Amino acid sequence: MGTYQPNGIGPEAIGALGDPTRRLIFETLAAGPLAVGELAQRLPVSRPAVSQHLRALKEAGLVTDRAAGTRRIYQVDPSGVARLRAYLDQIWEDALAAFKQAAEADGDPADPITPSNTTEES
Amino acid sequence: MNAQTTLPAIRRSVTVNVPVEKAFAVFTESFATWWPKHHVNPNGYEGAYIEPGVGGRWFERAPDGSECDWGRVLGWDPPHRVLLSWHLNGEYDYDPNPARASEVEVRFIAEGPTTTRVELVHSKLERAVGGARLGESVAGDTGWGWIMERYADLVDGRELAPLA
Repeated sequence: MGTYQPNGIGPEAIGALGDPTRRLIFETLAAGPLAVGELAQRLPVSRPAVSQHLRALKEAGLVTDRAAGTRRIYQVDPSGVARLRAYLDQIWEDALAAFKQAAEADGDPADPITPSNTTEES
Repeated sequence: MNAQTTLPAIRRSVTVNVPVEKAFAVFTESFATWWPKHHVNPNGYEGAYIEPGVGGRWFERAPDGSECDWGRVLGWDPPHRVLLSWHLNGEYDYDPNPARASEVEVRFIAEGPTTTRVELVHSKLERAVGGARLGESVAGDTGWGWIMERYADLVDGRELAPLA
């Protein structure tokens, strides 16, 4: 039985963007990948603070990093937002396959299963 | 928040070998018979239901009788179309704010007397994602829509325009 699971989109991601400075860093990265030093130059934030915020964003699954020579380049992680969409896409694929089976099953749908009472708890 | 359509909609279709009236009836009245039991209530799953007509509830019920809303019927045009709001946010919590609800539109197109194409579009996903991630504190921020557009470009692998 399937249950909704946050699959990485959860309170930690929200918390990561709740901080205004962190959100500013995320917004800046959304415009294109940057190194830590470049972020610190563009924003009114010290380099150690930038590093700390980037670590939180990375742990929240919102940004990824890669080495480029001696520098480390950060960029927004498309999989974070994409994960919710991919999960819903999978749900609908499953659901429509099950729907087709049910619709084409023998029998008359004139006796659909509906809640006996839809306005009160049974 | 004024994010325009910034995340690509989910589009799915299926062709069923039944008349359009039956396809619509099974999808709506008999939702519980085929929904694959995905649910949000920790108390378990007994069934999920769409109440017919505009304003009807879309909800699930647990064996103990407790219910969780998923959304509402926004459009009801049997046997051709149903439009549902999906109020589950990025945390899979019910969010009553219509501004943060995504939408599920299902169209039933008769391709023959016993053949129906069912097209489903789950759109406005950025509302749920953005709402879940950002909350009330950034409501009205005009910058977020632009950011989400760029984000969606990245998700889709499109090339990002250079930052001005």
